[in-house]
Amino acid sequence: MPNFTELLKLRYEQHPEQVAVTLLQSGAPDLPVTYRALLEGAAGYGRTYAQNGIQPGEVVILILQHGIDLLHAYFGAVLSGIIPSIMPFLTEKLLPERYRTDLASLISVTQPSAVITYPDFESEARSALRRGDSVRSVMVTGQVEGPRQMDFSACPGLYRRGEDIALLQHSSGTTGLQKGVALSHQAVCNQLEHYRQAIHLNASDVFVSWLPLYHDMGLIACYLMPILLGSPLVLLSPFDWVRAPYRLMRAVSQYKGTLSWLPNFAYNFCAQKVRDRDLEGVDLSTWRAVSNCSEPMHLESHQAFYERFRKYGLRYESLTTCYAMAENVFAVTQGGIDAPVAMDEVDRDRLQIEGVACPAIAGKASLKMLGAGKPIQNTSVQILDNRGHPRKVRTIGEIALKSDCMLTGYYHRPDETERVFREGWYLTGDLGYMTEDGEVYVTGRKKDLIIVGGKNIYPQDLELLAYQVRGVHAGRASAFGIFDENSGTEDVVLVAEVETDDPAELQRISNEVRQTVTLGSAVTLRYVHLVRHPWMVKTSSGKTARSANREKFLKEIEKSGKTF
Amino acid sequence: MEDISNALNRYIATEIAKQPQRTLDPEEPLLTSGLIDSFHLVDLALFVEDQFGVHLDDAELNAQTFDTLAQLVALVESRR
Repeated sequence: MPNFTELLKLRYEQHPEQVAVTLLQSGAPDLPVTYRALLEGAAGYGRTYAQNGIQPGEVVILILQHGIDLLHAYFGAVLSGIIPSIMPFLTEKLLPERYRTDLASLISVTQPSAVITYPDFESEARSALRRGDSVRSVMVTGQVEGPRQMDFSACPGLYRRGEDIALLQHSSGTTGLQKGVALSHQAVCNQLEHYRQAIHLNASDVFVSWLPLYHDMGLIACYLMPILLGSPLVLLSPFDWVRAPYRLMRAVSQYKGTLSWLPNFAYNFCAQKVRDRDLEGVDLSTWRAVSNCSEPMHLESHQAFYERFRKYGLRYESLTTCYAMAENVFAVTQGGIDAPVAMDEVDRDRLQIEGVACPAIAGKASLKMLGAGKPIQNTSVQILDNRGHPRKVRTIGEIALKSDCMLTGYYHRPDETERVFREGWYLTGDLGYMTEDGEVYVTGRKKDLIIVGGKNIYPQDLELLAYQVRGVHAGRASAFGIFDENSGTEDVVLVAEVETDDPAELQRISNEVRQTVTLGSAVTLRYVHLVRHPWMVKTSSGKTARSANREKFLKEIEKSGKTF
Repeated sequence: MEDISNALNRYIATEIAKQPQRTLDPEEPLLTSGLIDSFHLVDLALFVEDQFGVHLDDAELNAQTFDTLAQLVALVESRR
């Protein structure tokens, strides 16, 4: 069983001058990075890690943005047998104090030995350190050893075993940062092998991505897969893409991109916000699979994307689907490669009320469900009822899976790890059904989780922030997501109970809730709904029942005649 | 000057913040407060271009270039 370093060694020995990654930079020319440049630069970082006494098997936290430093720092850790984990970079709207708190809590659970960041972010990173914590050194990019001649036999990474942890992946927010998904070399290699087959990866493929690297879709599908397997990768930063979404299309055209992965909202975003004049001469006919992944997929989003870009050569059949999660390294299913993406038109009421996906009947309201595809070869999927028994086909239940690429565990969180497994099956917390032919349809979520633009947000993080506002009491707020057709993703709503009717006071509370939540989580609330106590639906244990509150909110809004 | 400010205020309040009745303080931070999140910057740039014929480059869409309504108005004014 290979490990990451063995795969890199193969690339370096066979095709050292092949461009591994082309970095697209804002306001600077594209930067091609060959395997030689990638690995020799990485070896310099490896040397620096060694000088700082960081041992194989220890964790280093990378606080770096998309760019050459991040590439070198990441693969430097790989070559050294060190476990890299990328921490999202501070955004301009997040309060530095909150970032510090999140970083400190990540450190307290993950116990990294080192942090690496930019010189001008060093003091920020240091301010999150506590006396006696695990961090022995904070390294900065300006003081790293230069590129070095490769000597793989001297790389501790070459001797990592399959079961050793290769990397950690955290989702964002206070809760997400305390739950790092630990993946072994074996698990990642198994995923890559089977996913490679599922998408028929071939020598003419070129990956184009703007996705963040602290998320499984960006990190596994659009970073490790191409680099470790030897496919060219064109990498744009999410920061640049969100300001200039046309750059994705231009990159596909210029580099003859064939493969991309996008969260559902990005289809709407690109369709709505890219202008013709930014697409002059663009040809998208090389795109053979653009996989919709990481948030609920909508047919309307595919259609809007297709209608917008068909005149630039986009083919409808290149719009594919995928269901994935970090706990399975990445993909669980893939659709649209061997056959067109499945579409199941079902009776809406029976789906929503009875939880059964019955074929639609003429004259009754229906829903067009996009199939997520069939499980990739090494992964088995079951739909379970609340007692853990398999459901019949076309009946909604919790999606559970078993594979040879599961997480080793949530890092240093045996409690959390134990909670998500039942008799060897990983319980995803997602709801869905399967059809007779084994196609998987994802219909919703059992767990309280909000997904905005493919990013997982834990509602409890937002509620805790709202409690800091004067006039909002602990236990009296509820956050949830509501799908917005226009943007193709969820809008975040926060309902809070208050004890005033004074309009000025209500406005103050509303403004402060928005501001506190945004600065503390980088999540923008689309609606703040203030209600008189008692309003909140609680569970028997006194916790906020978010899905019940969501239903209640939707009913009130419907009655009031407001629309979303 | 007043027109630009009013038009921007109305657009930001209605289309971005989804609070049509809201009046923005000219000195109130918009980007660093999260009122305008990154997903809306491109909308704002398109609006400015369509309404006032002023092009904002994507590299300029950040809080260093403008963070308040007053700064945005000044930027638009300076390029008309």
